Amino acid sequence: MTDFLNSGFRKTDLNSDANMEQNVETTVLGADEIIINMGPQHPSTHGVLRVKLKLDGEKVVDSECIIGYLHRGVEKIAEHRTYQQFAPYVDRMDYVAAVSNGLGYCEAIEKLLGVEAPPRARVIRTILTELQRIASHLVWLGTHALDIGALTPIFYCFREREEILKIFEKYCGARLTTHAFRIGGLQYEAYDELEKDTERFCNDFEHKVDEYETLLTSNRIWLGRTKGIGVISGEQAIAIGATGPVIRASGIQWDIRKAAPYAAYDQYKFDIPTGKNGDTYDRYMVRMEEMRQSTRICLQAIQNIPTGPIMARVGKVLKPPPGEVYHAIEAPKGELGYYVVSDGTTQPYRVRIRPPSFVNLQAFDTMVKGHLVADVVAIIGTLDIVLGEVDR
Amino acid sequence: MRREETPPPAVCRNRGKMPNDPEDKQPPVNAQGEKPANEQADKPTGAPVAPAVQPPVAKPVAPPTPPKPAAPATAPGAPVGAAMPGAPAGAATLPKPPAPPKEAPPKPEPVDNPLVQRFKKRFGAGILEAWQDRKQAILVVDRAHLVEIARFTRDDEQFNFLADLTAVDWPKREKRFDVVLNLYSFPKNERLRLKVWAADGEPVPTVSHVWPTANWLEREAYDMFGIVFEGHPNLTRILLPDGWQGFPLRKDYDILTQDTAWIRENLGIESGQ
Amino acid sequence: MLQELYEFFKPHLLPLLYAAVIVLVLPLLAGYVVLLERKVMADMQARLGPMRVGPHGLLQPIADALKLLIKEDIIPESSDKWIFWMAPLLSVTAGMLAMAALPFGPVFQIAELNVGLLFILGISSMGIFGIVLGGWASNSHYSLLGAMRSSAQLVSYETAAGMAVVSAVILGGTLSTRGLVEIQAQKHVWFFFLAPIGFFLYLVASIAETNRAPFDMPEAESELVAGYMTEYSGFRWALYFLAEYTNMIVVASLATILFFGGWLRPFPNVHALNFLDYLPMLLMLLVAGYSLYRAPKQPVAIQKMVMAAVAGLCFLLAVALALPQFAPAGTLLASMKPGLHGAFWFLLKVGIYLYTFLWLRFTLPRYRFDQLMKLGWHFLIPVSIVNVFGVGITVYLSRSTDEGGMGWSVAAAVALTSVVTLLAAAWLAKKGEHEPAPPATPESV
Repeated sequence: MTDFLNSGFRKTDLNSDANMEQNVETTVLGADEIIINMGPQHPSTHGVLRVKLKLDGEKVVDSECIIGYLHRGVEKIAEHRTYQQFAPYVDRMDYVAAVSNGLGYCEAIEKLLGVEAPPRARVIRTILTELQRIASHLVWLGTHALDIGALTPIFYCFREREEILKIFEKYCGARLTTHAFRIGGLQYEAYDELEKDTERFCNDFEHKVDEYETLLTSNRIWLGRTKGIGVISGEQAIAIGATGPVIRASGIQWDIRKAAPYAAYDQYKFDIPTGKNGDTYDRYMVRMEEMRQSTRICLQAIQNIPTGPIMARVGKVLKPPPGEVYHAIEAPKGELGYYVVSDGTTQPYRVRIRPPSFVNLQAFDTMVKGHLVADVVAIIGTLDIVLGEVDR
Repeated sequence: MRREETPPPAVCRNRGKMPNDPEDKQPPVNAQGEKPANEQADKPTGAPVAPAVQPPVAKPVAPPTPPKPAAPATAPGAPVGAAMPGAPAGAATLPKPPAPPKEAPPKPEPVDNPLVQRFKKRFGAGILEAWQDRKQAILVVDRAHLVEIARFTRDDEQFNFLADLTAVDWPKREKRFDVVLNLYSFPKNERLRLKVWAADGEPVPTVSHVWPTANWLEREAYDMFGIVFEGHPNLTRILLPDGWQGFPLRKDYDILTQDTAWIRENLGIESGQ
Repeated sequence: MLQELYEFFKPHLLPLLYAAVIVLVLPLLAGYVVLLERKVMADMQARLGPMRVGPHGLLQPIADALKLLIKEDIIPESSDKWIFWMAPLLSVTAGMLAMAALPFGPVFQIAELNVGLLFILGISSMGIFGIVLGGWASNSHYSLLGAMRSSAQLVSYETAAGMAVVSAVILGGTLSTRGLVEIQAQKHVWFFFLAPIGFFLYLVASIAETNRAPFDMPEAESELVAGYMTEYSGFRWALYFLAEYTNMIVVASLATILFFGGWLRPFPNVHALNFLDYLPMLLMLLVAGYSLYRAPKQPVAIQKMVMAAVAGLCFLLAVALALPQFAPAGTLLASMKPGLHGAFWFLLKVGIYLYTFLWLRFTLPRYRFDQLMKLGWHFLIPVSIVNVFGVGITVYLSRSTDEGGMGWSVAAAVALTSVVTLLAAAWLAKKGEHEPAPPATPESV
């Protein structure tokens, strides 16, 4: 019988106060250095992220990210579910961009099976994924601006995002964790007004992005807070494994949608925005431009959605032949990879999810060294991490 | 997913028919929602009989869950094989198109292309096997030469990006762990997979000084599987709490297992499992 | 005996009354400024703001005040209890005391000091004690750091604010607050038009003085250092909050007095524009009418009643403003006109200035602390020094030749000096242009 009063708080290791003391004793701190702890509950860490910062006055000398507070054992669960049963779980990893997760997973299993989704399904998947990309970037923009002190953009961004979520709700019934796609294609046919809704949204949205840009892009204070902050060069980014807008802002023009097109991306014209300096401002500009490009893709896609079936010929019971596959897509946050090993049974033998936020977060230490404490929050925001994905 | 007898709501009414709807197989046990809308489309859409190529373990399995009627698995994909109306209802009798050519189900095959040959020339015995599975190249390399091979792969073969480093547990094998490195080459726009076999307790050299990405990825592999990476700067648990005993992603770690001692000590409760 | 006592206290009775009014009304006023802020914030963020407590949230401040009063009073264990108790009081007292020398109209002023401006500036600086002591008494490392930063910011921007004030003083030639307004009445021009740069400098400096965005890093929630107010809860925190809004009202009043003619109606000497005298009562009637119109649309009975009461109140105010306007000249009522109307114009201008504060808060992101300090010391202070010279030269240029000046027209003098000051400011801004933050240490990854 546990002693209620004495249990829990004092002995908890999660806080690792003891560890912190140990750290203070064993690490040699300079005369002015202190270690402060940020999180796991903190309004700006965008989830349960714990960051230990070693400060010299205001300057960050060293940092350590401690993750795992949202670890749910998703990969272990995958081994005990059938392929279709596991699909809703992937939505919950990057819960801000559930549709992308679903796309990556369904395409990975389709590769494993050797089937291809029909053209109509591919195009509808593309439309929904691009809408989801816009929604994810809107969340990023709102929260990033809020952390830096701009109190208004978040409301505008969420207002726009509301429209996208309405489209998702009309399509599959869910706003956030959509489980929109199925292995082999789509479950639901596109509803009647999907094209009209998307077109209306996309046409509206261009002006809205301009609105956000007027608030932030040439704002002197915004420039001061984001230019030169969190710089990571192209080589460093490749070395540390950063993907997505992080690597594009550092000058490497790489997007899996162009390098290894999946879904229907090879049919559409779009640009890949890149930055030059690899700082926070460039990542901001890259993501803003990506939102515009996504709008462009959506508008092209809805012009010409092919008719036909929405589901490929896959059985109800999926037993992919033994083997393995690694399939990567360009999620809003970076390269989302699924490495699936099948042993011929109905349940996957191993599902490994390569989370973009996890690998991007490794770059945090490099990016934050030498900056001031107030920039830490900006850098976490600019990496656009979702702890659900980092911890799985 | 359960589907009701009542017609689906307006927004989903024109739901496409699933290709395997079993008009010709046993009647659906559950009322699949298409029935009201698509009854007249029953006749022509007799799906071609399941292709002859059966994966080795196929047998009409009893449906694991009610909504899945028994059907053979893995038909090779032929998306537009049957005349599935994209819109419902009013389907006239469409002529049955010829059954699509049956593609062989995907499976791993040994491969010997120029890339593999270059590796073999350089490392000879270091390359244990070379496969191609689902159009992706896999090289199984020797643990002892991993670092050299890693450097060669990064520098000479220009696979400068480590996309993922993970492990798979095959408990029945003597060398139970497969450490898998998924690589990508920016200059060549190519992907490659390197695999290393490691037995339980055998350390694997770290590649974190070759690809710094591997830092946290190896920590995660250690955390989940217990594979020790020699030379890693900070091989500690990353996702699980520091004092956790056990390596969850091993196959002998039951899905309901928890480190009850850690939970009792740190959370002050008895583990619910 | 009683007669003597009365004679003794007589000169002080009216100021005491005014002081009582301020002390009683100010918390309420500050509360409604908070409500105004929330509604303006909501409006800019495309939402509604408080709507529930009272119609359109009009009773929200009362509800908030009551809630804070009944909250548990938590004092950190190892804090210095006396100082913990005293610190918020210092801040509030400083803010309120500064109001002693502020004229809210030609009549409503507690104390007419001939060095009123100096008094106000000095007393406002005393508020910094409250912040520092509050941070220290919290016995928390982070609170102390936050308090230090806050006080450093306040001290830095006071110099710039003071210089901007000096530019108005040069134009007015007096430190007395009432005197400055009267000089503006005499000269038929608001000092804003004679020293526009001074006004904008004062605007920026006053935002920093009151810890408002974009200069609110010390009290931002998303920062690590939580600010001096962290350990304060319940009514003590309400006092700090009150102090902040009181400071806002004080700086707004000061700006109005210095640059916008205080209680003067726009163009007070132009008879053709005398119809502007009807504006106050018309405005109040408009508000009363709108409230009456919205009253039946409120969902709940109590809200209907409150809305009607608001309409009634505005109507009474309109009547109070109208009576002196329409009373025959020479009567007592008519003599109340400058007082009442002056107070109205004063409060209107203060309101507009406060709206600008709120507007800036919700539009601009926050400055990082070192950028904030750099802005204060490297930009604002040099520019304000140049501005002081500029205003001096304006005065010299525009003085008539027999007084020793150059006899230029006022507009030309102002234009010239403003342009020169702006050029200096632009040069300073360019010089201090964004330097990249210290680069990440080149550790090989």
